[in-house]
Amino acid sequence: MKKYQLGEFEEVVMLTVGVLYDNAYGVSIKKEIEERLERKVSVGALQSALIRLEDKGYLKSREGETTEERAGRPKKCFQITALGKRAIEHSRKQREELWKAIPKVALNLTLKT
Amino acid sequence: MKNNIPPKLFLKFFRWYCHPKLRGHIEGDLMELYNERVKEFGKRKADRKFIVDVLLLFRPGIIRPERNQNINTYAMYKNYFKIGWRNLIKNKGYSLINIGGLALGMAVAMVIGLWVFDELSFNTYHQNYERIAQVMKGAQFEGKHYEGQKSLPYPLISELKNNYGANFKHIVPASWGGDAALSIHDKKISKVGMFIGEDAPEMLTFRMTCGTWKGLKDINSIMISQSTAEALFGSTDPINQMVKINDEKEATVTGVYEDFPKNTEFHGIQFFRPWEFLVNDSNWMRQQGWDNHFLQIYIEIQPYSTFESTTANIINAETKAIQDLAYMKDELKYNNEILLLPMSNWHLRADFKEGVLQSGPVQLVWFIGLIGVFVLLLACINFMNLSTARSEKRAKEVGIRKTFGSIRRQLIGQFFSESFLVVMFAFLLSFAFVYFSLPWFNDLSGKEMSMPWTQLWFWFSCFVFLLTTGLLAGSYPALYLSSFKPVSVLKGVFRVGRFASVPRRVLVTVQFTVSVMLIICTGVIYHQLMFVKNRPVGYERKGLLMIPKKSDAFNKKAEALKAELKNSGAVTEIAESGGTVTTVWSNNGGFSSNGKDLDNERNYATLGVSHDFGKVVGWQFVEGRDFSKEIASDSSGFVINEAAAKFMRINNPVGQIIHWKNGPWRVDRDFVILGVIKDMVMGSPFEPVKPTIYFTMGRKNWLMLRVTAGMPLQEALSKIEKVFANVIPNLPFDYKFANAEYAAKFSTEDRIGKLASVFSILAIVISCLGLFGLASFVAEQRTKEIGVRKVLGASVANLWLMLSKEFVILVILACLIAIPLSYYLLYNGIKQYEYKTEIGWWIFAASAVGALIITLLTVSYQSIKTALTNPVKSLRSE
Repeated sequence: MKKYQLGEFEEVVMLTVGVLYDNAYGVSIKKEIEERLERKVSVGALQSALIRLEDKGYLKSREGETTEERAGRPKKCFQITALGKRAIEHSRKQREELWKAIPKVALNLTLKT
Repeated sequence: MKNNIPPKLFLKFFRWYCHPKLRGHIEGDLMELYNERVKEFGKRKADRKFIVDVLLLFRPGIIRPERNQNINTYAMYKNYFKIGWRNLIKNKGYSLINIGGLALGMAVAMVIGLWVFDELSFNTYHQNYERIAQVMKGAQFEGKHYEGQKSLPYPLISELKNNYGANFKHIVPASWGGDAALSIHDKKISKVGMFIGEDAPEMLTFRMTCGTWKGLKDINSIMISQSTAEALFGSTDPINQMVKINDEKEATVTGVYEDFPKNTEFHGIQFFRPWEFLVNDSNWMRQQGWDNHFLQIYIEIQPYSTFESTTANIINAETKAIQDLAYMKDELKYNNEILLLPMSNWHLRADFKEGVLQSGPVQLVWFIGLIGVFVLLLACINFMNLSTARSEKRAKEVGIRKTFGSIRRQLIGQFFSESFLVVMFAFLLSFAFVYFSLPWFNDLSGKEMSMPWTQLWFWFSCFVFLLTTGLLAGSYPALYLSSFKPVSVLKGVFRVGRFASVPRRVLVTVQFTVSVMLIICTGVIYHQLMFVKNRPVGYERKGLLMIPKKSDAFNKKAEALKAELKNSGAVTEIAESGGTVTTVWSNNGGFSSNGKDLDNERNYATLGVSHDFGKVVGWQFVEGRDFSKEIASDSSGFVINEAAAKFMRINNPVGQIIHWKNGPWRVDRDFVILGVIKDMVMGSPFEPVKPTIYFTMGRKNWLMLRVTAGMPLQEALSKIEKVFANVIPNLPFDYKFANAEYAAKFSTEDRIGKLASVFSILAIVISCLGLFGLASFVAEQRTKEIGVRKVLGASVANLWLMLSKEFVILVILACLIAIPLSYYLLYNGIKQYEYKTEIGWWIFAASAVGALIITLLTVSYQSIKTALTNPVKSLRSE
């Protein structure tokens, strides 16, 4: 089903928003991804992904508190919507189905170190 | 904790491009990150990372959309025009004045534009316009430079052809245009034509309707214009038909060319005959030396060469050629030069006086062009004034628009679109004006202009014209109205302040300054014209008929003709002369008295006349006597005019002996001065009369007839025509009235006078329209005040004075500026005329008083109307 199309980075962002639950805003999401997945995330890439996901209706946002570090600018906190939940579940299900479909022999491999 | 500040430039950049909805929290994120990084890595690295972040954020989705993208601009513009339209409809009177005045101004500007274009494009009909020139003679004598002589000697043709031929693509000799009778079978018509070199059709790029450019190769050929062809042959093919010229020789039609349009030098030349024919036909011509000037030469220079370099090559052609000629020894001291007058200068820069180039005609074109610009300016000022005056009424609208979120730029746009709406209407209206007035204007200016509908440049210049007028007319209201502050406007305490009407006053003053100046100039031009027209001419021009002797038949049948004419009762006296009395036909030098040269710098005009010439024209003697038939020695007699007597500086001229030595006239003998006459104006009436010598020698080309006094001209003419039809039946009866010829000398000045007066009347009309609008507006504004004043006992006269005063003061101020300015202009302008009037103070006074009266009339209509209204009505309304 094409309905729940999620890119790889988008999926990561969705899941991270879920992980952070109540405190998912730009900087915290970026840090969480960088820590957990050990990869660099630019503000630009993250923001445009967030905008896209919000447009698709997978995320919703609310205005958060302002702090001094942010020079008085508000936070924008994200939360997964019901539709978003279905989307990540859908992609997870697809992965699992794919996993299940792989014959054992195909994975009978070891990485030589 | 003190916040660190990231690189300002990039922060600004981010704020500029970021979508406003996203700006807040993304900037927050950036700041939070930045502060953390400063703590962690130090300011420098944090700065660098911040810059990278900002640049990476510059991507679609985050960049804000283009301005106004979501606004329906079409609807907005539509609304502008709708509001503009409603405003026009609501104030019909103002709109009429506005549009009508502007249209009038535009029409004048357009007509003048056409006129200027026509003047400047003179002769461009010829495709080789850029390379054609007329050969001219100049001279240097006693440190003075003279040029402007277009009459050239015969040997110059072969000299140029043989020794300087490489410089030219074509060398075309030509005679001066002259009348001739063309006839086939029973049809005879009189047309102006000239003899011209065979290369002429190619050089002047004739537009042939039949035949080719080679038509003048054959010596007995003739090329005729289309109108002549139609008149002679009707619908039959004219090629190879025979035409009889002056009832003598026959010529074959070898070509028909499109008539030259009015804005060409050759306009009116209806036929061309080969130059070679003239040379063959007149044996005397080949015998002429360098001392007889009687022909013209046109040339086309080689492509890629310039007039300057060509002139440099030929300038000494004559001096070199005459070096060893005995009879030209005396001429060498004049350092004669051969010069070129490019075709682009023929019309507007070919006016020479005493050998000095005059700039009059070009200046005239610019002067008229300037008037056009001024009239347009007046109309634009009207528009601006009325719009700003009405602005107070629209101040509320501006306030409302501003509170609803209109920014200034949009309001400027709105007022400009409104002004363009008006300008568009005015433009269409002016098109109609021009279209209908063009025939009349053509008549007035003696031109053949039409609207160049099909030309691209025309539409382009119309567009530019529209744009400039729209911007010019709309700029002030647009910039001024849009600057209102909504708060003060809507509170209702909108006060324009003491100085708000200053620009309006300045504009009115400018308007009237221009108008008054135009009136004064027109007045002076007219006065000068009348002054010259009333100049004593020294002979009796009424009833003086001049008839060219077109063929030898006139001489053969001279006696019969004279007898018949006298018998008819229509003519009292008949004489003959070498030329008409309204032109200086020939100029000669070579006069001396007791070995003293009498003509150092200037020639004398000369005219050969018959004995009874004086009786016919009615010249008036100051001293001495007329030629007499009875005294045989009068063939060695001179009659001179006063100017000549003065110029010769001889006391008691009558009876003095003058020696005259002249090659072309073949004389070298003594003459006696018989009498001195009052100056006869033969040349330009604007100039002093040339020193003139009359004698009885020479060929007589004209018959002079004195019509019986008291007989109606029409009756006399028909009788004379009958005589001619009887005696010389094969030639058309051609005649000229001295009176009409003399009047024709004023045609240019008459035209200028008429043009100037039409334009200045229009200028004052436009100014008054504007004033009328302003006055009625002011009166309307002060309706309440006037009502209150009336209740308190002000009289109508009081109110009238109050309302008119402001404008009258402005007009007086305008007069004060205009008078010295126009005096200065006129003083310089009129200086060029030798025979001139004093610039009378009364013209200035009359113009000023006239302007004042017109102003008062215009303003009074409104102010009296307002002053008379019942105060009950004006106070009740609200």
